[in-house]
Amino acid sequence: MVSLLQTCFSNLSCSRAVLSRGHNDKKPQLSLKQEIQELRGCAGCLTSEFNLTDVLFFCRKAMENVVDDDVTKRFSPQKLDSWNLLTRNNHNFCHISLRLKVVWVLGLLLRYGVLLPLRVTLAITGICLFLVLSTLVGVLPNTRLRSCLSDKVHLMGCHICVRSLSAIITYHNRQNKPQNDGICVANHTTPIDGIILANDRCYSLVGQLHGGLLGMIQRAMVTSSPHIWFERAEVKDRHLVAKRLIDHVADKTKHPVLIFPEGTCINNTSVMMFRKSSFELGCTIYPVAIKYDPRFGDAFWNSSKFGLVRYLLRTMSSWAIVCSVWYLPPMNRKEGEDAVQFANRVKSVIAAKGGFVDLKWDGGLKRARVKEAFKEEQQELYSRLVVGVSQGADNAASDSAKES
Amino acid sequence: MGSRASTLLREEEIEEIKKETGFSHSQITRLYSRFTSLDKGENGTLSREDFQRIPELAINPLGDRIINAFFPEGEDQVNFRGFMRTLAHFRPIEDNEKNKNPTASEPLNSRSNKLLFAFRLYDLDRDDKISRDELLQVLRMMVGVNISDEQLGSIADRTIQEADTNGDSCISFQEFIKVLEKVDVEQKMSIRFLH
Repeated sequence: MVSLLQTCFSNLSCSRAVLSRGHNDKKPQLSLKQEIQELRGCAGCLTSEFNLTDVLFFCRKAMENVVDDDVTKRFSPQKLDSWNLLTRNNHNFCHISLRLKVVWVLGLLLRYGVLLPLRVTLAITGICLFLVLSTLVGVLPNTRLRSCLSDKVHLMGCHICVRSLSAIITYHNRQNKPQNDGICVANHTTPIDGIILANDRCYSLVGQLHGGLLGMIQRAMVTSSPHIWFERAEVKDRHLVAKRLIDHVADKTKHPVLIFPEGTCINNTSVMMFRKSSFELGCTIYPVAIKYDPRFGDAFWNSSKFGLVRYLLRTMSSWAIVCSVWYLPPMNRKEGEDAVQFANRVKSVIAAKGGFVDLKWDGGLKRARVKEAFKEEQQELYSRLVVGVSQGADNAASDSAKES
Repeated sequence: MGSRASTLLREEEIEEIKKETGFSHSQITRLYSRFTSLDKGENGTLSREDFQRIPELAINPLGDRIINAFFPEGEDQVNFRGFMRTLAHFRPIEDNEKNKNPTASEPLNSRSNKLLFAFRLYDLDRDDKISRDELLQVLRMMVGVNISDEQLGSIADRTIQEADTNGDSCISFQEFIKVLEKVDVEQKMSIRFLH
């Protein structure tokens, strides 16, 4: 059966690239300055401030980005090399054979008829059990027994939820597991990330208090264990947030805080800009890389396309969620390093471990437009080339420090 | 599966595009996949906002001019054919094409058509001449607020003076070609599409 699938789909690969450029190229990318000077050299005008050929550089760059860019493809599910019998992953594939259709229908029946009901039942049982036990434990006086019991209740809740998602998790480098004195940061792909990590040890979550079922779960959690939930109005107050985090981390009996610095879900092929707020606090950072195997089910939550409930249904009707979690050694801010540099350092460590592309772009670009300031930066770089010749060598030194 | 069929590319369309632009079958299907991923409205056409959503394009100083080149005169939507037609200008010139029959219609990615594309980036009102004002406007787009009006004006004047041969203070397409005659346009205005 497996070989049938393999032969059917080996030549139907949906490639991930349209251009041959960038990371795979051996030729180093030339900077704005070098390329424009090369263009001017061809036209025989090395000393002019501006040449009609300058426009060719921007033109080609723009066309390359129209055909393929680094950012927009991070906000949609990863494309697979061969089909995994899930309709939702069926992008450019078309009807192959009747036999395959039969296999697909069987798979559909299995997933929706057997797996989904089982999983949903398990999840509901687990959540109800968790709510009840957590509230009960919360009634106990604040002793070691209570925190011990609450840890067990949390872990039990997570184990059941993980089973209900059919998540197969492999933890690597457990010796680096986060300790009580720091902040754990990880790349964000789905709301399930928190459950995957909390399956191994207890964390304190940070976030906004919601209404509805989620809010109920949040309130139940906080009765037995110190999580940091904020009211909507408080979220904007950065000092308040920072103070509560620092207080929490300073208390060694409390669990490490779990934070996702990207701020939004990315599709697990890259790591985008880390918000610097968690890195300004001066605490130890425990980086964690989470990598999902897309062949068994796509874990990415495309929040602009569908809501949480539909996402959970999709996840529970996939084959499985298979992922690897790597615990990385703790990191601290170095002397003379500012929060942004520290954040980038942590980000590149996570990207290297998980095999992700390390991007400097903000995950917020999923919904928002890019800031004008970046365009102004490009204009400034170019205008140095235009006036640079007349202003002489003192500009050349600062030019070489910047790359386009 | 039914509704998706209407957005899939038909074989006849692929053949037509192949003939018009010279892209291979797999290149066309890949670029179609890219086109649909940019088309958030899922109506088979792209608007200017769809292009602006690409961050690297939005921060390009000439981004707006390039985006404009995709849209036919006065229109706000571009379909896949128009998209491919514009991209075809950036297809590399293959060796076996250079010796083609000279009476056959010129391919979209010929040196002359590539230069015309670049010329039109400057020629804002499409009157086949680059006037001083147009040059100033494009220069202003490229340098932002970093250079004064006077300096920019003198740069524009000097550029026109060097290129203008018939004394009409504008740069015609022929004069433009002359300025760029030594530039390897075939290489500088080509993108390496995967096969």
